[in-house]
Amino acid sequence: MSLKVRISLPENAATNDTVEVKTLVSHPMESGFRLDTMGEVMPRNILRTLVVTYRGEKVFETIFGPGIAANPYVAFFLRATEPGEVRFVWEDQNGEVTEIVRHLAVI
Amino acid sequence: MNRCRPILFWLFALLQLVSHALAEPNPNASSNASPSPKQGYDYQSADVQSLQDDVFSNPGMLWVDEGRELFDQAAGANDQSCRDCHNQLSGVAVHYPQINSRIDKLVSLTGQVQICRETHQKAAPIAYESRTALALTAYLFHLSRGEPFQPVPESLHPDLLQGRDYYHQRKGQLNLSCAQCHEQNVGQYLRGDLVSQGQSTGYPIYRLEWQALGSLHRRFRACDIGVRAEPFGLGSDAYTRLELYLRSRSQPLPISAPAVRK
Repeated sequence: MSLKVRISLPENAATNDTVEVKTLVSHPMESGFRLDTMGEVMPRNILRTLVVTYRGEKVFETIFGPGIAANPYVAFFLRATEPGEVRFVWEDQNGEVTEIVRHLAVI
Repeated sequence: MNRCRPILFWLFALLQLVSHALAEPNPNASSNASPSPKQGYDYQSADVQSLQDDVFSNPGMLWVDEGRELFDQAAGANDQSCRDCHNQLSGVAVHYPQINSRIDKLVSLTGQVQICRETHQKAAPIAYESRTALALTAYLFHLSRGEPFQPVPESLHPDLLQGRDYYHQRKGQLNLSCAQCHEQNVGQYLRGDLVSQGQSTGYPIYRLEWQALGSLHRRFRACDIGVRAEPFGLGSDAYTRLELYLRSRSQPLPISAPAVRK
C-alpha cells in the first residue's frame, strides 16, 4: 500500500516552541456499510491508526473508525525540544504500513 | 417510509423552485452573460471556504500532487511522459474546451488528456472520471489558477450556440432548464444549499458529499439526474458544448481549481 501523503511541519523551530503539524492522506475509508450499484456490500477498507513519534517517543496517536470520511486530515501541536526525527506511521486494517520520516531542526 | 423521506424533501424543494421560476420570469434569463459573475465559492459556508483557501489542507491538492507526478511519468508503448512533448503547460487550461484538429471535434481538457494518452503515448485508454484523468486535469487547471478563461473564438461559435441552447432547454420530469436555477433563482435555497450561478471555474472540484474529486461533467450528470432527465455520458458532445458555454459566461472570474464544495 502506498498512500499519497501531505505533511506540513516547519523545517525549524525555536527551542520549546509549539509547532502545528498537519497531515492529509489519500484513502477511500470505505466504511463497509455501503452498497454498490448492484446492491452488493462494498468491503470495508479503512485506515486503523496514525502514530507519530518524535525522537523515538510517541507524541501523538489516533484510531480511525469506519465513520471517518475519506482522505483523513489530522492536525496536532508538538513542542520542539531538541532537533530530531518526526516519524509518521499509518496502519490500515490489514496491517499494511506507510511510514514517513521528517527532520525537525530546533535552534 | 423513512427511506422515501429524502426523496420527498428533494421533490418538495424542487417543486418550490419550479413554482418560483414560473412566477417570476427574469428578463435577463436569455441574455448571454450573467450579471456580475460570482464563483460558487461565494455561495459556500465559511468552513468550506477556508478548506479551499488553505493550500495544505485542501483535499483536492492530493489529486494535483498526483497529477504533477503523472505528468513526468513515462507511460504506454512509446514510453513517453507528458513532459517529453510539453515542456510546461501552464496557462493552457484557459483555452479549453477547444477543437482538436486531428479529429476535428470539440474536446474538453480531460478529453484532450485522453486523446494524448491513447494516440501519442500509445497507452491504455483512461476513463473520463478515472483517477489518472482527474489528477492530470486537476494539475493542469491548477497551473492556470488565477487566470480567467479566454473568450471563445469565433470558430467555436457553432458549438457555443448549441451549448447555450442546452443551457436554456427545459428537460426532465421536473421540466427545468439550467438557466431556471442558475440564473433566475441564484441565491435562493434549494434545501440546505444556496443556488449558485453554476460557474465552472473551480472544476474539477473536491465535493465533500462525493468524498472525492469530480469533473464538471459529473456535476452535469448529477444536475440532470436531479431534474429527472436522462443524463448524457461523461465527455459527451452535449456536455462538452455546455462546458464551452459556461466558459463563455465565466469572464472575468479566475480559475480556482481545485475548489471545495459541500
